[in-house]
Formats: sequence, C-alpha cells, structure tokens
Amino acid sequence: MLGAASWSPLFEPGFFSSEPVHVALAVGAIAAIVSGIVGVFTVIRGQSFAGHALSDIGTAGGSAAFLVGASTLYGFVAFNVVAAAVMELIGIRKPRGRDLATGIVLGASLGLAALFLYEGTISSSTTGATVNVLFGSIFTLPPGITTVIAVLGAASVALIAVLYRPLLLSSVSYELAAARGVPVRLVGAGYLLALALAVSMSAVTIGAILSTALLIGPAAIALRLAIRTGVAIFLAAAVGVFACWAGTLIAYDSTVWAGGNGWPVSFCIVAVIFVLYFASGVVARLRADRRRTTTGEQPAVTTPVEVG
Amino acid sequence: MLRVTDVSVSLGGRRVLDRVSFSIRPGEFCGLIGSNGAGKTTLLRVILGLIAPSGGRIEVAGGTRSRRNPQIGYVPQKIALDSDMPLRARDLVGLGLDGNRFGFSLPSATRRIAVDEILEAVGATEFAEARIGNLSGGEQQRVMIAQALISRPKLLLLDEPLANLDIRSAAEVVELLARIAAEQGIAILLSAHDMNPLLPVMDRVVYLADGRAASGTTEQVVRTDTLSRLYGHHVEVIHVQGRVLVVSGAEHQAHHGHDPSPREP
Amino acid sequence: MFASFMMNAWEAATIVAIVAGVVGFFTVLRGAAFAAHALPNGAFAGAAGAFLIGANTIVGLGVFSLAGAGMIAGLGRRARSDVATALTIVLMLALGDLFLSRTSEYAPEIFALLFGEILGVSTSKLWPTIAIAAVCIVAVAVLYRPLMLSSVSPDVAEARGINPRVMDLAFLVVVALVTTMAVPVVGSLLIFSLLIGPAGAARSFTNRPPVAMGLSVVFALVTVWVAIAVSYETNLPIGFFVGAISAFAYTVGRTWTAWSGRRSRRGGDRATLADPADLADQGTAHAGAESG
Repeated sequence: MLGAASWSPLFEPGFFSSEPVHVALAVGAIAAIVSGIVGVFTVIRGQSFAGHALSDIGTAGGSAAFLVGASTLYGFVAFNVVAAAVMELIGIRKPRGRDLATGIVLGASLGLAALFLYEGTISSSTTGATVNVLFGSIFTLPPGITTVIAVLGAASVALIAVLYRPLLLSSVSYELAAARGVPVRLVGAGYLLALALAVSMSAVTIGAILSTALLIGPAAIALRLAIRTGVAIFLAAAVGVFACWAGTLIAYDSTVWAGGNGWPVSFCIVAVIFVLYFASGVVARLRADRRRTTTGEQPAVTTPVEVG
Repeated sequence: MLRVTDVSVSLGGRRVLDRVSFSIRPGEFCGLIGSNGAGKTTLLRVILGLIAPSGGRIEVAGGTRSRRNPQIGYVPQKIALDSDMPLRARDLVGLGLDGNRFGFSLPSATRRIAVDEILEAVGATEFAEARIGNLSGGEQQRVMIAQALISRPKLLLLDEPLANLDIRSAAEVVELLARIAAEQGIAILLSAHDMNPLLPVMDRVVYLADGRAASGTTEQVVRTDTLSRLYGHHVEVIHVQGRVLVVSGAEHQAHHGHDPSPREP
Repeated sequence: MFASFMMNAWEAATIVAIVAGVVGFFTVLRGAAFAAHALPNGAFAGAAGAFLIGANTIVGLGVFSLAGAGMIAGLGRRARSDVATALTIVLMLALGDLFLSRTSEYAPEIFALLFGEILGVSTSKLWPTIAIAAVCIVAVAVLYRPLMLSSVSPDVAEARGINPRVMDLAFLVVVALVTTMAVPVVGSLLIFSLLIGPAGAARSFTNRPPVAMGLSVVFALVTVWVAIAVSYETNLPIGFFVGAISAFAYTVGRTWTAWSGRRSRRGGDRATLADPADLADQGTAHAGAESG
C-alpha cells in the first residue's frame, strides 16, 4: 500500500492499515501536543507533582462515575477541576508547602478512590474495571472519544493561549506581576484548570503513566534545549508526538519479536522519552561547556521558584 | 512625584509601619535604608498598591494610587531565574511592556525597536539574546531595570537590587540608575540595608527603623542624634574613610571623652 | 476487634505509624511529598518484576525502591527535584507495566501491595518489619543533625562540610526502606498519606523540631488506630479513613496557623529570615491577591 515492502524492517505489516493503530496515533498525538504545551508551564512553575497527582486524583472521580453508571471521563474531569480549585484555594506559594497541600489532596482522593472501588466491586464484582480505571490503554478506546478529548484538549490549549503573557510574567515574578496589575490568583487558577483538563484528557485515553510522562518529559527536554518560551512549547509538543508515534510503532512491532502480546505501549513511549532526555542532557552540557569557554562569566545564583 | 503621608500598616497584629511620611521630586534619587525586617518591602508594596495601609495616604504624580499604576516601574527583590526559564533578556524586557495583558504578543517592529532602545539605554545589548538564567547578577539586574523602564514610568521602585551583587556590579547599577534619574527626570526609590554604595548619588534618604521613618537629605538624617531618636536608643554614626557606619551603642551612657563626634560629610 | 488474629494487624500498623511519623517529619520539612508518593508507587513495579522471575516480592520491593531513590537523587543533580521525581515514577511504573505484561497470570498478591494486606500480616512477617523499622529509626537518629541543617539551609550545611546531595540520597534511601517495610503491611497508597499527613499537621502546632516529630508520631498513631477501628466496624477500606483523617488534621492545622497569626513560624522556613513579603501574605482581607 504505502510502499510497505521497503519499510518492512521498521514497520511490521498491518501497521498503517490497522484501525486501532490509527486511533492510537491520532489520540496520542493530540494528548502529546496538549500535554507538551501545558507541560512547559508546569515545569517552569515547579508543579510537576500537581500534574502527576491530578492523574491519580481523577481516578477517584472516574471510579465514582463508574459507581453511579456515569461516564468515567466526565467523572474524571469533574473531580480534577474540583481538586484544582481546592489546590488553588489552599493557595500556598512556597513550593514545599504547595507540594504538601497537593499530597494531602492526593491522599484524600486516593482514599476516596479506594472507597468507590470497594463499593463498585461489591456491587458488580468486576475487578477488570479496577485495572482499566487505573491504567488506561491506548489500543482499547471506545469509539467517539476522539471528539470529546479533542474538545477538552482545545479548551486547555485555548486557556493557555489566553493566559500566556500574564502566566509567564507571574511565573518569573509573582510580585512583579501583581504590581503590574495582573490578577495573579485568577491566572494561577486558570492555569490549574488548564492542567486539570489536559491531564484528564490524557489520563483517560492513554493512561495515568503516560499522562505524566508526556506532561513532564518532553517539556523537560525542550527546556534544556530551547531558549525562548515559544520555541520550548513547540519543541515539547513535537518531542511528545514523536515519542508517542515511535513508541506506538515499537510496541506494535514488538508483538513479533517479543513474543506473547508484545511490550506495552506505555513502556515503549516512556523508553523513547528517556533516551531523548539523556540525549538532550548531553547536548545541553556540550552547549554549556562551549559557552563557558567563550564568555568566562559565571551565571548568577539561582533562586527557588515561588509562584502564584 | 511621590508623596507619602502618615502611612501606617499593621500586619498580623504587628505595627510594621508607623506614620511614615516623605516625598520625592522628579529626578531625585532616594534611598530607603533599613535593616531586614524594618519594613522596607512593606512600604514599597504599599506604594505599589499591593497592600492597603491602615492609615495615611499615598499620592503618585498628584493622584492617589490605583492598583496598577502605569507611572510606577518596579524591580522586585527575587525573581525565578533558574536555568529552566525559557526567556531571553529581550523577552523579559518585552514582558515589561505588555506582560500584564492577556494573550500573547505578535512580533512587531515597533515593539522590537522599543525593546532595543531600552536595552541600549541600560547597556544590555550585548547579552540581549542570552537566556536570563545564564546571566550574571549584575547583568540580570540591568535587564530587570530595563523591564521596569520600558513602560516609561515616572517613578521607579527597586527592592534591594544590590543585595547579591559584588561591589563593582553594585556600583555600576547605582551609576546607571543615577544617570537615568538625571537624564529622564524619573524619581527613584531604592531600598537597601547598606547605604554606602548609594552615598555618592543619593539626594535624599528615608531611614526606617522599627517601622518609624526619618527622611531628609543625607546630612539631615544620617547623624547620631537623628538616628538615636529614631531607634529609641543610642546609636553612633561613624564616618570612616568616606564610608558611614551606624553602630548600636552600648546602652545609653556612652559619652566618654574619646568618642569621635559625628562629623558632617 | 481485639481478637488474636487482629493483634498482628494492630502491632504492624503501630510500628508503621511510628516510623512514618518519624520519617514523615523530615519528608514534610524537605518538601519531599512527591518522592514519598513516587517511591512506594514505583516500588510496586519491583514486586511485579520479582514475581516475574520467581523471586521474593519483598526483595523486589526493596531493590526497586532503593533504585528509585538513587534515580531521583541522580537525576536531581542536574534537573529540579520535582522533574526528577516525575521521571523516576514514570519509568518505574512503565517498567511495572512491562513486567505485568510478560505474564498472563493474575497475581492478587501484587495488587494487594497497592492497597495493603494488613490483615494478612503473619507473626513471622512481623519480625522483618520490626527489624527494618529499627534500622530506619536508627538511621534518622544518626543523621538527625546533618539532615536538619541541610534541609533547612543547604548552603550553611555545605559550609560546614555536609554534602547536601549526599544527604538527599541518604534521606531518600531511608524513605525507600520505609517503603519496603510498610508497603506489604499498609499498601503503597497508605504509607504515602501516613508520611505526609501527620507530619504536615504537626508542624502547625509547634516550632520545635523534637516536639514536631513527637506530635507527628502521635498523630500517625491516632490516625492508624482510628482508621483500623472504624474500618473494622464499617467494613470500608482503611485507606479511605487514613486519607480523610490526614486531610482533616492538615486542615485543622492550617486553620490554626492562620488564626493564630504569625506567632508560630513554620518549621521549614525557620532558618530563612522572615521575608517581609510573607508577612504581607499572612495579612488579611485587603491583601486580596496575595494572601496565602
């Protein structure tokens, strides 16, 4: 079909014609782009824990929804939005205190998840659901989900676009932004909302592990390499999409040479991200060495991140 | 340009500022001196409109301050400058222009020109393209000043800008600020805990101790009797080789014959 | 609920609570909540891997949590710590996925590690638990001073000859040990709450570190005991009560702090001079945008 013969060492037969693969590639790409964009701000603001916690917190919402027979996705989103609001209301700015607050919310949510899952299993005794809620699977997505997550993703990205400047300014200096009239708490809350939406849509479709991986990994890579915010965002999205597609391909191929049902997609994508992360580290170090020998100026002492 | 009248602030049950009054004229360089915890940052934040005082009034350029006063440029004490922050120096300055507005800036020639001009004025052109996390302390400070100046303020507030700088960088920053004040008629209020780097350029000084303030010219304020009155116990102002030292004297009775009498600079 | 088969559960839970209270004090002080979540969760993958190769799952737990500690510390040298922790947990969970996929056998004992098998603690399993607990407590006692100094002010610590990065690793290793001993008993979800909840609440009520640590242990014990008792009566999962009690205690603590003003400074910020901006942050109604 697509010159499959010449590509065959790389692409096992059926890759491009498989419907589940199409969905996986499309969904993965959308999730990667949204996660990459939101992830850059997440890393800048030192809120990786919140980003990861929301994928677990949403699980509680998903379990609750599952319990009452509603759509797990909506339960997930609703819980995440509420959790994000709570985190913002607690409103601690120092990173240590903020992570503690995130942890408390996470612990309480996990407790609720345990409760809901328990109620769920005694009422319908389907333990398979537990695994599904905790670890999504990119190859077993219900039809029509692409539209919903596209909307969620678009909303998240749109929010970031609108908040772009004040968010960046308040991430550099909360005080300065406040002095310039930025409604810093509103902006911070808006960002957490975008994060909640982004994590919801990615965790439900590609699983909690990949949600965090695509949120933090590509952004961390991009921030090591890019100098400007715009470039970093673009790079994060690109790296994310590449990791997703390459990982999906590897996972698909692995059904042939790994035996059994192949390697899980999540592992393959994470592996690609790690390889790229270490590569970016090498590149960044080479660059820094080259810069140090040319200028001889020492960078200023770094200060802890304190954001609103 | 700036008139502070009887401003008092109470936070958490503590009187942080107690009827502080002073004024600054355009083009004047005023140092806000005090040790840590004396209330310098609080006073700056009151002027910025971030804290409402429990008493008194602030007037900037003849009008009472509103939440976001475009007449005031601000250089805060700490900003997140670790190497992750993906901003070039010129990007940070650009944020000074419109960082408070929603959306993102489209590239435009006018914007670029404005940024270039201000970078030139502070002497930051050669590292305009570098990531701010990679700049030295003095370079970062220049960029922050540029960011504050680009919106053409009439009053520039700086919160401990010299704190982490080496002597040479501090002197360069002070000289830059003095030049800007003189050339552009901008009033400058700069807080510091050590007034010595500012002595050559300060037109007036506001000295804060325990929330109370003494203001006037350096000659008027930095003297043993004025500061002792301010602190409420004896402090000795000592001039050594062109530098000023304020020493908290041993309890009240220190007038032995050998004490050097305070001399006017 | 004090029947003989429950006694083991009470004893095991008590031991876990004591250790969690002690180590939790430092966890909260160092802002290591993320690591306290990542290591127990990631260690789960180690158990899966051990199961795969037919080894002892507890050993798998231990190896993976120690490896995780090393990885967080290692990545954290060039990246910020929360990114390092995120990457570590992601890798460990992905490996767990990989291990689980290699076998089609459903292994209830692995999933039990997620939620804990507190009722399944046999007397023979109690001794290793006690042993590791003792090691953890001794380690904290030995490292107490350098750990305090490097947690509160890494620069001062470095000037005094303490390498903050070594302390970092040492602390994470202790958390890994806590993980290894506690996960089989209370599960990975629970040990996380026990590490941060009680200590998070304790720091609101006192400034003095030894008192904070003691309070942390007390709160942890109360949390666990109440949770077991209520869980026993209602048949609802323990994890729910631990999470809820922790959140409640934390909220009470924060409210108390806000209400009593700045009189008691938070333990973690003690060595840093009071940032006047923070004073403003604690101010009330009119400081609209920056109250915290």
